[in-house]
Amino acid sequence: MKDCCSTATIDVPIEPRVAGRIRTVALVGPPNSGKSTLFNRLTGLRQKVANYPGVTVEQRVGRLNGIGRSDLTLIDLPGIYGLDTYSEDARVAIEVLHGEMPGTPAPDAILLVLDSLQLRRQLMLAAPVLSLGLPTLVLLNMSDLMEARGGRVDTLALAQELGVPVAKISATRGAGLDSITHFLNRKAEALPQPAGSPGAPSEVSSTAKIELPVMGNPRSYRQWATGISTRTKYKAPLSSEWTKRIDGVLLDRIWGPLVFLAVVFAVFQVVFSIGQPLSDGFGNLLNAGGGRIGALLGHNWLESLLIDGVWRGVASVLVFLPQILLLFLFIGVLEDSGYLARAALIADRVMRSIGLNGKAFIPLLSAYACAVPAIMATRTIENKRDRFATILVAPFMTCSARLPIYMLMIAAFIPNKPLLGDLFGLRAAVMLSLYVLGFVAALATAWLLKSSILKASSAPFILELPQYRLPTVRSLSLRLMDRGKVFLKQAGTVILLVTIVLWILSHIPFHADLAQSLIGRLGLLIEPAIRPLGFNWKIGIGLLTSVMAREVIVGTLGTLYGADPATQSLGLQAALRHDLTLGGAMALVVFFAFAMQCTSTIAIVRRETNSWRWPALQFAYMSVLAYVAALAVNQTILHFVR
Amino acid sequence: MVAIALLSDFGVEAEDELELSGAWKLSLLSELPIGTVGVVESLDLPREIQHHLMHMGFVPEARVVVVRRAPAGDPTVYSIDGFEVALRRDTAGAIRVREYEAPISR
Repeated sequence: MKDCCSTATIDVPIEPRVAGRIRTVALVGPPNSGKSTLFNRLTGLRQKVANYPGVTVEQRVGRLNGIGRSDLTLIDLPGIYGLDTYSEDARVAIEVLHGEMPGTPAPDAILLVLDSLQLRRQLMLAAPVLSLGLPTLVLLNMSDLMEARGGRVDTLALAQELGVPVAKISATRGAGLDSITHFLNRKAEALPQPAGSPGAPSEVSSTAKIELPVMGNPRSYRQWATGISTRTKYKAPLSSEWTKRIDGVLLDRIWGPLVFLAVVFAVFQVVFSIGQPLSDGFGNLLNAGGGRIGALLGHNWLESLLIDGVWRGVASVLVFLPQILLLFLFIGVLEDSGYLARAALIADRVMRSIGLNGKAFIPLLSAYACAVPAIMATRTIENKRDRFATILVAPFMTCSARLPIYMLMIAAFIPNKPLLGDLFGLRAAVMLSLYVLGFVAALATAWLLKSSILKASSAPFILELPQYRLPTVRSLSLRLMDRGKVFLKQAGTVILLVTIVLWILSHIPFHADLAQSLIGRLGLLIEPAIRPLGFNWKIGIGLLTSVMAREVIVGTLGTLYGADPATQSLGLQAALRHDLTLGGAMALVVFFAFAMQCTSTIAIVRRETNSWRWPALQFAYMSVLAYVAALAVNQTILHFVR
Repeated sequence: MVAIALLSDFGVEAEDELELSGAWKLSLLSELPIGTVGVVESLDLPREIQHHLMHMGFVPEARVVVVRRAPAGDPTVYSIDGFEVALRRDTAGAIRVREYEAPISR
């Protein structure tokens, strides 16, 4: 970022708004209008389906590949109710639409998506959008559903009322999208198109004068919208009986919380009882592959670098991909189906007691997968203090990057004793208590923040409950591919880099013992500080490298123990048992439960709070807490266990 | 160019307006029991929150149905304009409504 006052738009290649030429199209619509699905359709890029906290807080940009216009750029704006609401989302939308957003070209045309199931209310957004005076196409989404449920609207009359073309579409089915092509072609060529030709949107002459309500007054917007929906014979469809019936159970006094708990439990059960064998199989495959390649290379330094260093390091993290994807699949199903909003409703009472609101539940649940999207998802928590509190506690939730080290240490040190039949064993119990530990730390921290530096009166809680819908395979698979790519990219860049640097550090001076290598000396240097926690210098190096990302420690330990002649022939688990006490091992997982070992999280907190103060405070607080807790665990086990 | 005009002469809340003959009484949205209908009179909230709610449809003369309460008893789900939105008791308590009292309840 440059100075505040220099016009940032100058270095941005903003193409001029040439009359009749369209280069950039903005996609505008209220939350839950199906805007994201349409964006997906039109660009082929991934977007989530419903608007729960933060799903479209980031504007997304793509090429209109979906309708064969890759020369045009489509900007997805956050879901908004109006252009003068107080939310950050609306401010972003206003800036983009006015072409004042640095780095984003000014749109030449607008696609306004409205949910035809609730057209009367959603039409309110049309007033401020039309007053911008840009070429606009109004898209009545889910019109197939509306008609199936007995709703109707006269699109020609609506086009006349609004003075812009109107088209019925179904973003989920991809129906009616040719109207967008027609609209863009017509505007681009500035050629009149016969109204009523097949696929062409209902059209009126562009000279029509339309009446708009007084700007900035929701009441007059509503009168205007109601008037239009009456004159265009809009008949709202019957509301979904399914949604009512399902809510009758899922929000029931007794069944509601039971289903809620069952869902959370089922997620964990599946992630660990199905995900674990999958991960194991994948791991065996990776190791076999490594051995095969190693045999081809022969026994030399290159084989050592590639197999002991790079392959071992990267494979030990890659192994968790199946489980992570499974977790994302679950969150995706919950979110796309509409259940997550109900979860927020059920959770609000509890979240309120610690000073947060039910909307924070969704980001915090997402933080079980990764804190980075979770922190970005806090944007729709309107109250700034609530939002900051949620951001500050999110990294305590047990993210998937902690799973590698948790699973490694549990598999190495905790016997597989059944506790409650075969389904729930001692290992699962330890894992579950680590999840609980992170959760409790998050709650305690939130309470601490809200009763000290982030003290505020209770914030409003406004939660829209979308209708239930079946998640589509398309949306879920796009989401999984995207998450998988992010994870692989990290494994392919950060972790690969770290493993190479580590291999070099641990092999210089050449042919020296590991303890004499550069990294050995660094580890020995910090050993006195971490000895009381039950950690040795190898763990110390792991702590250092994992400041970059938590999962890096597994790769680091793999590399370090692989390079050490004493433990080279052992597997990593056996090598750890050879080197660490139970106290040290448990102290290590507790350290990871609390510490903020993640560069991406630090960076995202900096961006979202727009200051270094918050991430610095957070990092210091979490590190101190981690050190103290690990110390307590190790000393307790030393003195009281055997 | 678009002509901007104040539209006050619509008289078009037709589908919202209840042509029922019962009595109306003033109360707070938070006080309405499940299944009842209220017509929004006024909102008394901080400006931004009020704006937000009004954009969601909570404007004077809008019809609100009390749908259900969350399992913990709060927030409450309201239906407005055919969609559902949940509000906490303190927020709903700042919305004054005319409660419709049917002459003969079911």
